[in-house]
Amino acid sequence: MLTYTFRRLLVAIPTLLFISLVIFLLVDFAPGSPMSQIPLTVPPDVRLRMIEALGANEPILIRFGKWLYQFFIIEPAYMMDALFGTDLGQGRLRILSWQSRSPVMDIIAERLPQTLTVIGSAYLIGVLIAVPIGIYSAYRQYSWFDQIGTFIAMIGFSVPTFFTGVLLIVIFSVWLGWFPSIYDTTLRVTDWDSFLMQVRQMAMPVAVLALYNAAQISRYMRSSMLENLGQDYVRTARAKGMVERVVVLKHVLRNSLIPVVTVIALGIPTIFAGAIITEQVFKVNGLGALLINAIHGSDLPMVQTLTFIFAVLIVLFNLIADILYGILDPRIRYD
Amino acid sequence: MTDTLPAAAVEAAFKPPRSQWRDVWDQFRTHKGAMVGAVVLALLIFFVLFGAFIWRIDPAFIEPDAVKMIRSRNQPPSWAHPLGTDQLGRDMLARMIAGGRVSLAVGLTAMLIAILLGTTVGVLAGYFRRLDGPLMRMTDLFLALPLLPLLLVMVLLFRDKLAGVFGPELGTFLLIVFAIGVTSWMQSARIVRGEVLALKEREFVLAARSIGTPSRRMILRHILPNVMSPIMVAATLGIASAIITESALSFLGLGFPPDFPTWGRLLFDGVDYLQQYPERVIWPGLAISLTVLSVNYIGDGLRDALDPRIRGR
Repeated sequence: MLTYTFRRLLVAIPTLLFISLVIFLLVDFAPGSPMSQIPLTVPPDVRLRMIEALGANEPILIRFGKWLYQFFIIEPAYMMDALFGTDLGQGRLRILSWQSRSPVMDIIAERLPQTLTVIGSAYLIGVLIAVPIGIYSAYRQYSWFDQIGTFIAMIGFSVPTFFTGVLLIVIFSVWLGWFPSIYDTTLRVTDWDSFLMQVRQMAMPVAVLALYNAAQISRYMRSSMLENLGQDYVRTARAKGMVERVVVLKHVLRNSLIPVVTVIALGIPTIFAGAIITEQVFKVNGLGALLINAIHGSDLPMVQTLTFIFAVLIVLFNLIADILYGILDPRIRYD
Repeated sequence: MTDTLPAAAVEAAFKPPRSQWRDVWDQFRTHKGAMVGAVVLALLIFFVLFGAFIWRIDPAFIEPDAVKMIRSRNQPPSWAHPLGTDQLGRDMLARMIAGGRVSLAVGLTAMLIAILLGTTVGVLAGYFRRLDGPLMRMTDLFLALPLLPLLLVMVLLFRDKLAGVFGPELGTFLLIVFAIGVTSWMQSARIVRGEVLALKEREFVLAARSIGTPSRRMILRHILPNVMSPIMVAATLGIASAIITESALSFLGLGFPPDFPTWGRLLFDGVDYLQQYPERVIWPGLAISLTVLSVNYIGDGLRDALDPRIRGR
């Protein structure tokens, strides 16, 4: 298992390098780069100096190398500095945003909590809803509960999140006026009232994302339960006179959770990407909104770094899912 | 002793053999959700294709006269404009029809590109052992790419360039269709590869090879027809995800140009007037959701109908 983990980690390095190169080249070779947006009235020598100041005049491979160095050496050094008060960064140049001229990582660190609170709680709630629904749907297959569950799940992953989000805004903030339609990121939770306010403003974005996630996970849970309910060991357990509750919730559930856990792990990076849309709908000032702003402002370092972070998340959670599968299921042996 | 066969058996013996597609259709008909989905989708396609011949208002028509134009803005539903008019006085029903055409066209074309790429990669990887490693590594790499951010970047960076070459509408259409196509072929490639790997070990393939069938004809005559079912299911579901992706791009303001309606674009435009005219968001959103829902149900039904293990029952 350990050797397998190491091997996978080693394979992940060239994968990530390749992905970062793809992102870098795609952004760089594109015709709509910010250099073409400097007004024509700017004299040529000033234009040259502007490009130089952005560090965009060097050959692509050198810039790629520099970016890699900044991302993997300098930024972690600064992170250590911030955490432990050391002085590893020594004032070396960090990845700077072209829009604000401040370090990209600082801006990302500022935005991360908003995204994590909304997405994290949405995913958690989604899983907590999906698992019991999946269990009961499978246990009473083709009952009315199962039929309704299937239908709602189908709606859940067919209706795009930007429509459910807008629909919820129309119903709950325009017509009923229960929840605010815009997420206020400056709100500090200090007392009971501000906590209630936070819950109210989180309700709709969390509901939208939770419905979407629950729809998918409950389907996996259901099919996994169905597969296990027909197994011989279930009949054996019942024949021994075991209580139905123990059979289903202990024997079957434990075995059915194995594939579902990996699905849950695999889903985490995709919801970060999916949250781009939800954040846009509810004006949550998180990573997704940051990415969209950077794209509109042709802020290449920000776009490259954010996209690469998403890629790292995908590779990381793929790895975690595979390892979890190996740990949870003793039948799987990687070595 | 002469024993007469029962009439039913005689009849069964004389009935012409049932074709495979007949069986598939019979199974498909038993799936209620899929049938409802098929009817809804047919209605939507009819609405989109022939709606413009019945409802003959130009979706881009704005009153040239300033006074009339201001009067025609933001009208509630009436007989002249069943879905009302938008902030520039354009007829919403006509815009829904025009937008649906683009949305469905994007979904279909992007799906075709994705399926073509996915099937090619899958068949090559499954059939030729030498190509298997590199092609599957490539598929894994593509799966590890953050697709939505990359799509956004691609659209933003190449939109103006392509618009200059092909004109704003065709340029954006080609860009979006191509971008969605090259970022969504991986699932079908994996499915097809798995099927081809299993097929390759079957006796009929061995027989065909032993009489000296060249690889090209092997693939086209023997392999491809047998992997059609998973490809069809993947294609159906691919339409749905392509439509969603296109509307998501439009919704983020990185899709088609503002004067060029698609369902996603209409929804995006409607969000600004959410407080006063919520119906402007609801109609396009409903259209997208209904299309995707019916396509997903059809995909579900097809999966059951094309699976011979389920079909017998």
